[in-house]
Amino acid sequence: MTEPTLEAHEVRNAPSSNTDLFLSFNWLALQGFGGVLAVVQRELVEKKKWLTLEEFVEDWSVAQILPGPNVINLAIMIGGKHFGWRGALSALAGLLFVPTLLVLFIASAIAGVGDTQAMQGALRGMGAVSAGLIMATGIKMLPALKTNPMGFLTCCILAITTFLAVAILRLPLSWVLLTLGPLSSIWAWRCLSRNESV
Amino acid sequence: MSIAMNAQDWVSLFLHFISLSLLAVGGAITTAPDIHRYLVDEQHWLTHYQFTSSVAIAQGAPGPNVMFIALMGWNVGMNAASGMTPEPTLAYAVMLALLGVVVTMAGIIIPSATLTFFSTQWAHKNRELRGVRAFKAGLAPLVMSLLIATGWLLTGDHDNYIRDWPMWLLAAVTTVIVWRTKTHLLLLLSIGALLGVLKII
Repeated sequence: MTEPTLEAHEVRNAPSSNTDLFLSFNWLALQGFGGVLAVVQRELVEKKKWLTLEEFVEDWSVAQILPGPNVINLAIMIGGKHFGWRGALSALAGLLFVPTLLVLFIASAIAGVGDTQAMQGALRGMGAVSAGLIMATGIKMLPALKTNPMGFLTCCILAITTFLAVAILRLPLSWVLLTLGPLSSIWAWRCLSRNESV
Repeated sequence: MSIAMNAQDWVSLFLHFISLSLLAVGGAITTAPDIHRYLVDEQHWLTHYQFTSSVAIAQGAPGPNVMFIALMGWNVGMNAASGMTPEPTLAYAVMLALLGVVVTMAGIIIPSATLTFFSTQWAHKNRELRGVRAFKAGLAPLVMSLLIATGWLLTGDHDNYIRDWPMWLLAAVTTVIVWRTKTHLLLLLSIGALLGVLKII
């Protein structure tokens, strides 16, 4: 009986060049209405398989805790991981260049026709759909929490506490992240130490 | 709106966005209240309507959410052009508006991008360290929760359920469709826009 290879478990690809990074992130940005995150997961994890779901959740957590626009941080991380600073710049440029031109064009066009009721309605409908896209991205991360060293139950308690603090109590995000983040990381450290000393 | 901007004002604009960059924990949109305070209330470089429509258009347009800052920079540049005497040519006004885009976007991106690049290069090299793994594992449930919270906050103020329930239903149905199927996201967004135009939601 032969050992199963790594590839048998998880097919993993990588960007082939800086141009590939630029074009891939450009394509992501152009599909992302109301934020690019939902598209990042679908394109990079499910289609291109540059990242596994676990890697995506980890990278996204880091992109989220570091200051700055999240998706831009993620692009810099993925680009930098593969091709250093050139890769980071390629991914960043891909994410920003065409969308900037497009958004300026749209804004100028809207300024021309004026703010109509139909336009407001369309923005409202697209807003509701993008809310669903973002929530589905969160729900898709649940399986990754099952392998979390803190255990699934602790993760759920942490997630519910965060939701209550941010969405219901509307506390500033920095307070929530700077209190729960360190507590949770210290707990994860303890769980990792315990698992590894056995 | 017409305003006067000298070189020093452009530098102040740049420095303000530089200082916001490292405060943008959880995404650029978290700095929006502070941008409003500075650009609209304090400096009067942007009207309130320009502020809110910049956020709305960036939400509805493709691309990262941070594009709302590019739009605000564009509007500041346009306002500065219409404040000039004699009135500048359209090409000159567009140049000033693009200057606004570059100044604001470079300010919000450069500090955080530099920090992200160097810290994640370090973290990737040391990814087996227990501290790095604990940091990532500890944050994962928080991040998942923040995504659901963002979806929740995007579906309105949650104070008028008679008006908003069709919107919540659409968001919930979208969540299930995206979670369970591979339906193209642009198709879903188009349906959402159509339902909005037809005043169904």
